[in-house]
Amino acid sequence: MRGIARLWRRSIQTRVVTSTVLLSVLVISLTGWALLRDVASGLADSRRVAAISEARSGFEYAQAQLDASVETEPATQVQVLTQMVDSLTGTRAGRQTYELVLQGPLVDTGSAVPVRSSAAIAPGSLPDDLVEAVTTRSGTFWRYSELSVLGTSGEAPAVVVGSRLRSPGTGDTYAMYYLFTMAEQQNTLDLVRNALLLGGFAMVLMIAGVAWLVSRQVLNPVRLARRIAERYAGGAFEQRMHVSGEDDIGRLSTSFNQMAVSLQSQIRRLENLSRLQQRFVSDVSHELRTPLTTVQMASELLYDQRDRFDPQAARSAELLKHELDRFEGLLSDLLDLSRFDAGAARLELDTVDLAAVARQAARDPVLVRAGIRVRLVNTAAPAFVDADIRRVDRIVRNLLSNAAAYSGSPRLEIEVRQNESCVSLSVRDFGVGMSGDENLRVFDRFWRADPARSQGGTGLGLAIAREDATLHGGTLQAWGRSGEGSEFILTIPKGGGAAAPPAILSVFA
Amino acid sequence: MSYRRTKRDRVLVVDDDASLAEMLTIVLEGEGLTAAVCRSGDRVMEVFADFKPDVVLLDLMLPGLDGMSVCRQIRSTSAVPIIMLTAKADTLDVVRGLEAGADDYITKPFKNTELVARVRARLRRTHQLAEPLVFGDIVLDPAGHTVTRKGEPLDLTPLEFDLLACLLGTPEQVFTRELLLERVWGYHHPGDTKLVNVHMTRLRSKIEDDAENPEVIRTVRGVGYQAINPSP
Repeated sequence: MRGIARLWRRSIQTRVVTSTVLLSVLVISLTGWALLRDVASGLADSRRVAAISEARSGFEYAQAQLDASVETEPATQVQVLTQMVDSLTGTRAGRQTYELVLQGPLVDTGSAVPVRSSAAIAPGSLPDDLVEAVTTRSGTFWRYSELSVLGTSGEAPAVVVGSRLRSPGTGDTYAMYYLFTMAEQQNTLDLVRNALLLGGFAMVLMIAGVAWLVSRQVLNPVRLARRIAERYAGGAFEQRMHVSGEDDIGRLSTSFNQMAVSLQSQIRRLENLSRLQQRFVSDVSHELRTPLTTVQMASELLYDQRDRFDPQAARSAELLKHELDRFEGLLSDLLDLSRFDAGAARLELDTVDLAAVARQAARDPVLVRAGIRVRLVNTAAPAFVDADIRRVDRIVRNLLSNAAAYSGSPRLEIEVRQNESCVSLSVRDFGVGMSGDENLRVFDRFWRADPARSQGGTGLGLAIAREDATLHGGTLQAWGRSGEGSEFILTIPKGGGAAAPPAILSVFA
Repeated sequence: MSYRRTKRDRVLVVDDDASLAEMLTIVLEGEGLTAAVCRSGDRVMEVFADFKPDVVLLDLMLPGLDGMSVCRQIRSTSAVPIIMLTAKADTLDVVRGLEAGADDYITKPFKNTELVARVRARLRRTHQLAEPLVFGDIVLDPAGHTVTRKGEPLDLTPLEFDLLACLLGTPEQVFTRELLLERVWGYHHPGDTKLVNVHMTRLRSKIEDDAENPEVIRTVRGVGYQAINPSP
């Protein structure tokens, strides 16, 4: 049942064929019914007309017989009547197309009326209203009825024609009825009905087939278009629809192909742009680095000999060196970021023990210089992940120098935890902390919590750290509360899977 | 440590950038080294034969013959230590340079102290063996800086010799890549695994029967390398 509902929901073809079949069944039934009705009434009418004229001649003959018979003797009268019925039914030849009933003489006494008939006609075959009309009025009357002969099974439709006869001799009145069977007409009607049923059924089948064919003809290109669209979605833009003719389907194919061409060219343009950008970054990198190297070497040489300079020159040498260092840091950060943006950053995966990374980080000279004490939590057991050790080191170093430069905290906690799918490393400080808004903005490029407290960093460290984490399929989260400190949690999935829920939940979460 | 104090060590600078080449010369001469400059890749072999340097500083981006080819050319005739200068932190370039035969590399921009440290490290022999070392069918002779395997002499560069001597010197000890960088390359270069990986691959291809399934120097997953003595 669910399968059918699903088929109905998903297949236009099923819906089209089903509704076509239902509608055509309705139309064919209506037409068939009307046709059958017309045929039936036509057959009955012609039978009735023939029957009435045959009956009339019968009635005339009978009346003539009665007129001719001047016998008043009841016995002779009975004989005359019997002969009359026999001779009238004798003309039927082999075909029993009608039965004859003669009632009478009719008397008003209420006693049983003698009846002569050509067969054992079941009572009720003569409609009561006809009997009444015939017995009370003069003229010829007719009704449709069912003729059933006693001793045989089944009824046949019949047309009953009746008239009153008068015997001038005795003054008796008789009611004479012709019961014309319409079995032949019924047979014809049955034949027509069966033909109609069979024809209708065949027609419905054919219409279903036609609907199926037509809908397939219309739907096939649509299905083809769908399959190609799915391929486009998958990134394969080389597929084209076959264009044939200038009809709607042909135009659909043409538009579809135009869309693909335009998409493809747009994507190529963007790819070219991206390649140009990457190329540009690489060129800038090389072109800037060589002179920068020379300048930096020269400035270092001057800086090392600043004792021999006069105070202004010595200070200039110092400034030159410091700002060149900063410039170099900025250049390298910018180049790293543009590599991320261009999608050119690649991982060099290796097995890395994050616990060892944490232990190493605790001895980082940045922390020693800032006089920050570090407490290691759960870093005794190894915690292996597949990672690029240089990038992981860079993330941790960025977190440490960030804490050293901005948190104002005298101590740090570095914790490592793992679950089945990932390893997390958190760096927590107990300094100025961050507000909710700052938690969100801390990874923005060139963003600083307090511009006045710029410590000479590039403002790109955390942005790069986040990119590095993302490149591993991992996450870098920032948590914090104003005045209580902040916590950064690096999570790297084991086995290069997708980012999993971190193994450490922040105390500020 | 065996410094050669008899004469000034000679450094050949191969770089097309005139200013940088001059600056390199100033810094190196300031450190008591003799430096010569070659500014085109095509002329390197000529200058190399004349100057007979102890170390080559080689820029990867050169007009004429490119840095990689120069590196391969020098290596085909000499085991002299080669340090690449590269503007590309692009690891693929670095690995290709190392595979072409370079011992070490410095990424521009670098500090003077870093440059000098690298050059000094390459001039210095780091191994401290006094006696010849016999390790299975491998024999290291520290006096002649030669290695033989099954009696056949192996063609190792000084760096490869030091790397092998370091590992075989204390068999069974697991050396992390960091420790090897410190002992063999002579400085701490955090996490620069490709330097060790490339040289280890080349060393294995020379001393192992099957470099894919090494038996002398084993890899300890996630940690580093250790030498296994087949006949202790």
